[in-house]
Amino acid sequence: MLASILQNIINALQWGSFYSLIALGYTLVYGVLLLINFAHGDIFMVGAYIAFFVATFFLSMTTLPGWMVLALTIPLGMILTALVGVSLERIAYRPLRRKGAHRLYVVITALMCGLVLENGNLALLGASRKSFPELIDKVVYTVGTVTMTNLKVAVILSALLTFAILQFIVTKTKIGMAMRAISYDKFAVPLMGIPIDTVIVFTFVLGSAFAGLAGLLFALSYPILDPYMGAMIGWKAFIAAVVGGIGDIRGAFFGGFLLGFVEILVVAFFPSTYRDLIAFSILLVILCIKPTGLFGVAKTTKI
Amino acid sequence: MLVVVFAASVLCLTACSKKDSAAPKEIKIGFNIPLTGDIPKVGEESKFAGEMLKEAINAAGGLEVGGQKYKLNFVYADNESKAESAVSVALKLIEKDQVLAIVGPNSSKQAVPAGQACDDNRTPMISPWSTNPDATLNRPWVFRAAFLDPFQGPVAADFAMEQFGAKTAAVLFALANDYSKGLAEIFQADFEKKNGPGSVVAFESYGDKDQDFSAQLTKIIAAKPDFIFLPNNYNEVALIVKQAHDLGWTGPFMGADAWGNSELMTLCGDDCKGQYFSTHYAAAGATGATKEFIDKYTAKYGYEPADVAALTWDATNILLKAIQDMGSLGNDLKENRKNLRDALANVAEFHGITGTMKFDAQGDPIKCAVVVKINDNGKFEFTKSVCP
Repeated sequence: MLASILQNIINALQWGSFYSLIALGYTLVYGVLLLINFAHGDIFMVGAYIAFFVATFFLSMTTLPGWMVLALTIPLGMILTALVGVSLERIAYRPLRRKGAHRLYVVITALMCGLVLENGNLALLGASRKSFPELIDKVVYTVGTVTMTNLKVAVILSALLTFAILQFIVTKTKIGMAMRAISYDKFAVPLMGIPIDTVIVFTFVLGSAFAGLAGLLFALSYPILDPYMGAMIGWKAFIAAVVGGIGDIRGAFFGGFLLGFVEILVVAFFPSTYRDLIAFSILLVILCIKPTGLFGVAKTTKI
Repeated sequence: MLVVVFAASVLCLTACSKKDSAAPKEIKIGFNIPLTGDIPKVGEESKFAGEMLKEAINAAGGLEVGGQKYKLNFVYADNESKAESAVSVALKLIEKDQVLAIVGPNSSKQAVPAGQACDDNRTPMISPWSTNPDATLNRPWVFRAAFLDPFQGPVAADFAMEQFGAKTAAVLFALANDYSKGLAEIFQADFEKKNGPGSVVAFESYGDKDQDFSAQLTKIIAAKPDFIFLPNNYNEVALIVKQAHDLGWTGPFMGADAWGNSELMTLCGDDCKGQYFSTHYAAAGATGATKEFIDKYTAKYGYEPADVAALTWDATNILLKAIQDMGSLGNDLKENRKNLRDALANVAEFHGITGTMKFDAQGDPIKCAVVVKINDNGKFEFTKSVCP
């Protein structure tokens, strides 16, 4: 019983890591722009595909060992995914913002962008699944009856590291201060000489790059890619961000792990049929008690 | 003698071509198949098999019904592997495209609801691959070319008991998939009947689009079953098997016919080697007409066809045979559909490339299943044949 609980805690940590990594992107963009970037789940999907193409390119063109390919795929995948995220901002969100459109229209545009990414992928690459190459040898460690792989450990550490980096950027750097300032007052901040567009682009770069990292890690852990893989996990990560208190980095991080734990532990102790029902009822209860989310504070500066 | 034959054939040719030029006739058949969504390879193989058959028959001048040749026209419609889309595709084929009959859907998840739509609209439907009994149950207009899960479930149970000496089993199935859920329940009932209540030590499910099965697998592995039964689609199988190995599972898996897809090995790789599953035919080591089909398909499309391609070939042939049995085709589509249904119901036996099928009153074939092993080269190797 104890072994089974420990095993499930490790499962939950891995699963929660993905929610956390994606939720961080939602929360960053929301914190700065008050925009729920519903295309974020699909940027995660694009990240997984970019990682796939980068990795297969290096594998077929060079004779580099797997770990080296992985070392090259991580930064390249993150940069390329960031480019996709920034392009979305340039093509879809910025023109609307310039025209002073209401936030609601931008959110709906984001939904459409997500669909464009999904169906664009389907049209370009076809419906066939892609199988992500195994870049590093999987090692299964067994302690008693508890098992974990090196990949699981890497995923969990990456989530922790990402959180630490983002927390540092937002609270300790100048550009982080600018992000928080825009979140506080979008109209006064440009008057102080802060380039608002640059800061917004930077926000999208951060959010999308970490979605790209999540995509790569996800593809390594669940090596089957399909064009709709980002939709469900994107929604759930969004819910995680809301439960944590959207706009708050700690909230997104904590909310992601919370959702991971609730989902896995529900299956561990109830019939697995009830997974989503019970998991989301619990989240609903949390929101009923604290509508702004666990770390959210009503109507104050977030991020 | 020769002259007479020659003259007669010329006469016939002119007569036939005269009729043809008067009214270029064609037979339109709809295909309700998943070209996108969860199992796109299933739709692709179905479509390719249909194309191959159509080209062969049209190259020979068309299908002869009552002395007249008809060109075949196949309409391929994508049901996105979704239950609701399968219904709207069926209605589109029936109403807009005015097809004579429908081949598909393949997966029971789509075949069960689409069967209702076809039955309500009095259009004959034949599913190549659906194994859930509900697809044809009490539906006089719906037929199929595959064996049923109440047969397949016990085949899997018997094989596992014999091969692995299994006394206990665990099941992991997809809750929102009629095929997976139905087969899992049938298997559970049969296994517990043979090994006593409680011998299925874990009976776990997962939802649509789930990618992480670690919690369910942890539960399953903790229950220490002799093997894990996976009646799941090939894309999910690849994830489940890998994750089970990550959690330290080293025991065997037993699969069902939804494993049999040419994409299984590209997705699953080494993890699936050495596993067994029950299916409709084994491509490796096939003979006769089956081998001919496999060779032709492989040459044309570049990969070995899985069971769904062979079953589509058989299902379409059964349909074409029934059309020929009708004797003649009138101009009234409704009446043609009605006559075709009667002709289909009267097909008592059919020799297909997936074996000989005898049809029962429900429109279900009684045919043999095979168990194949995924060998070290990733080929599906014939292990055992089980007949009812």
